[in-house]
Formats: sequence, structure tokens, C-alpha cells
Amino acid sequence: MQLKSRHLLGLEGMTAEEINLILDTAASLKPILDRPIPKVPTLRGKTVANLFYEPSTRTRFSFELAEKRLSADSVSFSQSGSSVSKGETLKDTVRNLQAMKIDTVVIRHGASGAPHFLAGCLDASVVNAGDGTHEHPTQALLDMMTLREKLGKIKGLKVAIVGDILHSRVARSNIHGLSAAGASVGLCGPATLMPVGVSDLPVRLYRNLGEALEDADVFIVLRIQMERQKRGMFPSLREYRSLFGMTVERLEPLKKEITILHPGPINRGVEIDDAVADGRHSVILDQVTNGVAVRMAVLYLLSGGRGKIEMEDHGQA
Amino acid sequence: MARPDFKPVRAEAVCLTGARLLDPASKLDASADLLVAEGRIAKIGAAAGEGFEGLRIDGAGLTVVPGFVDLHAHLREPGREDEETIRSGAEAAAAGGFTEIACMPNTNPPVDDRPSVEFVRGRAAGLLTDVHPIAAITKGQRGEELVEMADCAEAGAVAFSDDGRPVEKASVLRRAVEYAGMTGRPVISHSEDLSLSDGGVMHEGVRSTRLGLRGIPSISEEIAVDRDIRIAEYVRGRIHIAHVSTAGSVRLIREAKARGVAVTAETCPHYLTLTDEAVQGYDPNAKMNPPLRTAEDRAALWEGLKDGTIDAVSTDHAPHSAEEKDVEFDAAPFGVIGLETAVGLLLTHGVHKRRLTLRELVLVFSVLPRRILGLPEARIREGADANLTFLRPDAAWTVNRDGFFSRSRNTPFHGWALKGAAAGVLRGDQFYLAP
Amino acid sequence: MDGQGIARTLKRLTHEILERNAGCEGLVLVGIRNRGDVLARRILKAMASIESREVPYGVLDITLYRDDFQRLADSPVIGETDIPIDITDRKVVLVDDVLFTGRTIRAAMDALMDFGRPSSIQLAVLIDRGHRELPIHADFVGQTVSTSKSDGVQVRLEETDGEDSVVLVVS
Repeated sequence: MQLKSRHLLGLEGMTAEEINLILDTAASLKPILDRPIPKVPTLRGKTVANLFYEPSTRTRFSFELAEKRLSADSVSFSQSGSSVSKGETLKDTVRNLQAMKIDTVVIRHGASGAPHFLAGCLDASVVNAGDGTHEHPTQALLDMMTLREKLGKIKGLKVAIVGDILHSRVARSNIHGLSAAGASVGLCGPATLMPVGVSDLPVRLYRNLGEALEDADVFIVLRIQMERQKRGMFPSLREYRSLFGMTVERLEPLKKEITILHPGPINRGVEIDDAVADGRHSVILDQVTNGVAVRMAVLYLLSGGRGKIEMEDHGQA
Repeated sequence: MARPDFKPVRAEAVCLTGARLLDPASKLDASADLLVAEGRIAKIGAAAGEGFEGLRIDGAGLTVVPGFVDLHAHLREPGREDEETIRSGAEAAAAGGFTEIACMPNTNPPVDDRPSVEFVRGRAAGLLTDVHPIAAITKGQRGEELVEMADCAEAGAVAFSDDGRPVEKASVLRRAVEYAGMTGRPVISHSEDLSLSDGGVMHEGVRSTRLGLRGIPSISEEIAVDRDIRIAEYVRGRIHIAHVSTAGSVRLIREAKARGVAVTAETCPHYLTLTDEAVQGYDPNAKMNPPLRTAEDRAALWEGLKDGTIDAVSTDHAPHSAEEKDVEFDAAPFGVIGLETAVGLLLTHGVHKRRLTLRELVLVFSVLPRRILGLPEARIREGADANLTFLRPDAAWTVNRDGFFSRSRNTPFHGWALKGAAAGVLRGDQFYLAP
Repeated sequence: MDGQGIARTLKRLTHEILERNAGCEGLVLVGIRNRGDVLARRILKAMASIESREVPYGVLDITLYRDDFQRLADSPVIGETDIPIDITDRKVVLVDDVLFTGRTIRAAMDALMDFGRPSSIQLAVLIDRGHRELPIHADFVGQTVSTSKSDGVQVRLEETDGEDSVVLVVS
């Protein structure tokens, strides 16, 4: 079994089988991280470029670590330290990468569809590390891996995504990925941060957080960005917290086990309380570890499959 | 950009033989010879060419109609001559079947006074296709002070428009409609509420949600169309709504016309043939403003065109260089070119799909745009100015952007198979007939 | 070779391993997936009936250490690797079904080294079919079979394939 595309641009359109392949591979790779020498030679000779046009520490570190664990050579640049600030267009960057014979490009970009643009003009495989408000497939995959680890399966889970759905690429990737994997997804957030036409997606809409808490087993809590308030999308952080904050007071009375995920970075005390983020429901740190494993799996699966030799049972015996 | 050489033929007299001549206004639909001499139609009839010794055009397979007008094109001169010049735009127009085009003033600098109007007229002098300048509504298209409308009109401006952006202040548009009334020239409104568009790049709906692209809601256009109609109604002035894209706008215009408001409207071939589905894959050539809408909107536009709510089809020809356009979707400028595909698209998706008759095609491309801009009628009758569009209504062809006379290549229609093509034009003592 | 043949051969291999190492003190058996791990478990069982103490056992999947990853048409499925104890300063006996080019063993040794520094690595195989491409030899060989390079040697085992047999497929 193989992924259908040689790029990972998003989870929309991906099948349950493909998602499971990635998650299974990630699970097989994860133990490497605990070995005395946490590194395998698999991608020796492969070169990965990490293009981060938006500031991101965690995702970039996670990808870089995944590349190093697989022995790929990697080069990274982020906006401030590269020629992007000198007015170089994405296309110029692409041409340079092409000339440098890069095998895989990991890209984080503020414009939705930027990875698709690269995929259209590069020979390399392109991995979307977050594009605008479109998708962030590896984040959703690591969320799914974490859920599968903790709860045994994804199928049948009721997952609520809480917060700024409109601007969230994490939400979009999770909607596609989780529903493909058989979970039911519900959305909960201020009406102004709920995208138009969202009811045509495979989701249910919760009227308020109370309803979501009653119904769902899993909560993906999204980061609320301060600048949205400045643009008039909601009146105040105070009111946001009172309506959509995952607070101790809200969770205390719950009689059931729930699982809380957050893609980070967290605005503690706004969308989620400290005690909740660090509490027993939270799997936020597992998400971080699994992030490396999932990215290793993606790189592994996209890096093979360029040769012509068909696998036999004992290809090398 | 490499483009073919445009070689119009200049001839004192020419005889067109064996073509179908179609002019609904003159109640003419016949196969006959047509003799042009000294820029006028000298003779029409079965034996019109008898004894004629000059240049003959074999018109077999051609349908000859009154000259088509594009009342909304962007030529990039002055400012971005690499993307289009007045000459290259005029040549593309001739190849696309237009004998006359009106060009929008959002050049750099903009056309907003007599010298700039005269500049355009000067550049266009002697070209096969007439190029009529449209002057800005406000100085510098800044939406504040009116241009010297009377002076511009006298210099040859056929209309006023700040197209590319709306006149944001209702009070300014009100004054513009009132004042333009004195010149007899229409105000062409780019109807958009910028606060609702809010940086959007495509139609707001489930597709923009899926693609993660910021949406431009239908109401961004409709609220502005409503406002602009009310202004015209209130001051009893005339207004023309540019590039209508939504079903709601069609409804508003239909209602206004029923009330007797002096409103006219145009839509463009891309709104009639594409939907926001074309944005899937983030193709920057599917990015225009207003954006491609839904299938329901598209159906309403055809309906509006059929029942006369929408008077004309314009191209909104908007050339952009590959460097500008071949970038990530958010960063790409709005607009597509259309002069060389408009007629073919309308023949294929209008006439051949029985949404419009050939007579109605003549209405939306010739009769009504002329009326809107106050241009003289084009008629096929003896004594009339020679102003003819050549069509090959049944010719099968494939759109190839590399063969365009336009300097730009930003079309979403590259590779489309069409049935029916513009074959050229004849205007005065010049003609161009596609090989 | 049939089921009885395989059983006899494994029994002999078990004895040879114990003899060479003077018992099972400090031994670790590591089977290479797939089938090497099955054989290792059988040897382990045989050892248990001879020696009273339990020998530690691990499974190695060499996919991530293959030297032909770039040339494959597919990214192969990664099997589980489980080395439950620290192999440093222990005598590791690698077990595989067929020894051919030697590349699998090279990969297995590299993988082992990432888990620790064994005092020695020995190799036990059911079948040695020749055609080595690397300077590798087995310490314990069940049977040497002469083959041509394009032939196939199919080892089938009860646990994985429903029967015990070794078949030479001549191309």
C-alpha cells in the first residue's frame, strides 16, 4: 500500500486507508525516539528543505527533528533569515531549490494554496506544514495518532473542535481527517468565527460549549488570536473566555472521561485554563512527541516509491 | 511575450461574396454579396460584386453582423505597456471580433482629464479597431473630487468610471450621476462594498471555506448595486452596472428596470461559463473581481441576459503579466483577459446551447452596448459606415493562449474546445480576417 | 526439506550454538523479520529444554536499514522491532531463514549497533544459498544449497505460512 499522491498537501480527499497507513507507520517509528541512538539511516542521501514563511518554532523543530531521526540532510530557512525579505518571490525560491536538487520541501506559508503552487512547479515532494487558513495536515495526523494511542480507535469518537474555526487550518484538516477515519466532528465557536457554508461539510454545529461538553468525548481547543479581536470578530477576550473557555469550573461537573487536545501555542487563561492544559484530561505533551513520529512517517512514505524495484517478501535475502 | 504579427488589410474597396449577412435592425438575413467602397457599404445584393475588379473576400461559411463593441476593457497604456498597449489591445479586439472597444481609465497615471483622454485617442488613431476612452469619475480615482466631466466628454470620453474600485462615498457617486447627466455620458459603476469584501479573494461559500481562502460575499456586490440603483433613481440619472456576477444583482436590476430606473448592466463571459469551482487547485487565472460565483448565479445571469435585464456582455479584459499572475493565489492580482475568447464562448455556450439566438447575440454585443455608450448604430445597409464583425458560427477550435494578439496570457480558458469563432472585423477601409 | 528436516536441522543448530558458546550464559537471540523471528523462537524453545535458564529474545525489522530504499517502487511497511534488553556486552546470535547476498545481515548488524555494543555477533541461518555480495559468513548453517542467482528459495513455516517446508524455485 502506498499513498496516492507524492505530496501531502492536505487531508481533504484522503482515504481512511491512507490515513491508517500514515498512523501505523508513525506508530512503528515512534519507538526509535526512545532508543539509545534515536536515529535510523533510512533517508541518508535525501535532502529536505524546510521553508517557513511564517514564524513557527514548534512545527519547524518537529519537522527538523523528524528529518534528523531519519538521517536526511536538511536545510531550513525562515522568513526573517532568508532572501524572502528581500522581495524574492516564491517562484524564485522554487527555482533555486530545483537547482539545488532538493528531494522534499516542507512549507509553511501564510497564503492558502502556496504548497499547491510549489507542487505544481517542483519535482520534489511537497509537505504542507500549514498554509494560510487552509490545512495543516500533519497537525491533524498527530492529533489522530494521539487519540488512537489514548482511546484505542478513532472510529465512533465524537470530537468537538472549539474556537476560531474560520481562521483555523487545524480545524479544516481535522474535519477532513477525522471524518474520513470514522469519527463524528462537531464545531463550536463564536458565530463570527464560523465559516460560511460550513454546514455543507461533514460536521454538526453545537449551539454552545455546554452542548458540546454534553455530547463529545474529545475536545480540540483552538488558539484564539488576539488580532481577531482587534478586527472586530468578537468583543473581548473576557467574553470569549466566559463563552468558550475550557475552564476548571466547566469541566469539574462532568461525569465522563474526556480528552483535550490543543495544537499550541496555548493562550493560557483564555481558551484554556492552566489547570486544564496540564490536567489529567490533557494529552497536549503526547501530541508533541507524536508530532515527530507522524512527520517521520510522512517523510518516510513520501520519500520511497521513486525507484522501479518491486518489493518482494525477501527483497534483500 | 511573443505574439503573432497583426496584419490588417487596407483597401479602397472590397467585395465580400457568399457570406450570410445578418442585421436584425435592418431586417436583413440573407446570403448576398456586399461591396464596401470608401469606408461605406456601397451595395448589397446577389449581383453586388458584378463587374467589381478590386479585392474580393470569399465569405463562404462567414456570418457578417453589425460591428461588436466591448464596453469594458483594460488596456495597460500608460503604465504597464508590457502587459497591454492600446495598439495590442485593439489588435486583440479585432481578432476577437470587436470593431470598437471602450477602455477603462485605471492606468498609471489614470485617465482623468482632457490630456489623458486625448492621449488614448491619439494612440488609437488609425487603428482598425476604434478605442473609446472612459474617463475616471473622480480625480486619481480616489473617490473624492469629480473629474472635469464636460471637458473629458468633449475630448472624447464615452463614459465615466472608477472601475477597479467602487466610489465608496454614496454622496460622491450621487454628485457624479447628477453631473454626468449634463454630458449625456453614463456613469459605469464598479459596485462593491469594500468593507464586506474585506480582503477576500474568491466567492464566499463552502468552497472558500474548504480552500481556506478569504471570501467575497454576494452581498458585497448586491448591497452596492442596490445603493447605486437607488442613487440613480433618486436623482433621476443614468447608471450602468459593470460586471454583474450574482443572482441577487440580477433581481435588483430587473426590479429597478420595472420601476423605470435608467439602469443598464453588463456581465462577462467568465461569469456565464465558470463557477467558483474553477478556483479549486488555486489557479490564479480563476481569480477576478467580482469573483466567480455559484452555478445558481450563473444560471440567473443567463436568464437575465435572455430577458433583457442584463443588456450587454463585456469582456472586462484585464491583462496581467505572468510574473504578477503566476504566484500564490492570495498574491495574484484580480482579472483575466477576454477579448479573444468572448465571442467564441458566447457562441458555444449561448447560441449553440440555445440560451441565446444569434440575433440576441447581436443585441448584447453590438446594439445595446452602442446604445449604452451613445455610439452610432452599426447597420448593414447601403450607405451605412462599414462596421462589420465576421463570425464563423460553426467553426470548431481550441483556445490557445500562445496564439493571442494580446500581450498577456492570463486566461482561464486555455485549452477549451469551442464551437463558433470570431473571424475578424471590417471597419472603414481596413479589415482583418483570421486565416 | 520438509517439516521433519527443518525440526532436525534446528535441533542441530541449537546444539551447535550452545556448544560454541559453552552454554547460554550471556546469549541473546535476535530473529530477523519475517521468519527469522519464528526460527529464533523455535531455537529458544529447544534451548529451554536443554538448559534450565531462559535466553532473552528480540525481533529485528531491518526495513529502515535497507540499502536499496531509494530504488524501491514502494515505501515498504515497517515491521515491529523489539529488543527488550540492553545488548551491550552480550553475545548476540542473529537468526534468519536464508542467507543470500548478505545485505540483510549487514542491515541487521547496523540496526543492532544502534541498540548497544554487543561483545560479539554470531549468525545462524537455516539455508545458505551462496551468492554473497558482502564479506559475510554464517557461524551456524542448517543446510547449504547450491543455487543459481536467479532462483528463489522459499522457506515456509507453520506460524507464518501454515506449513513447514523449504522449496527451491528454479527460474
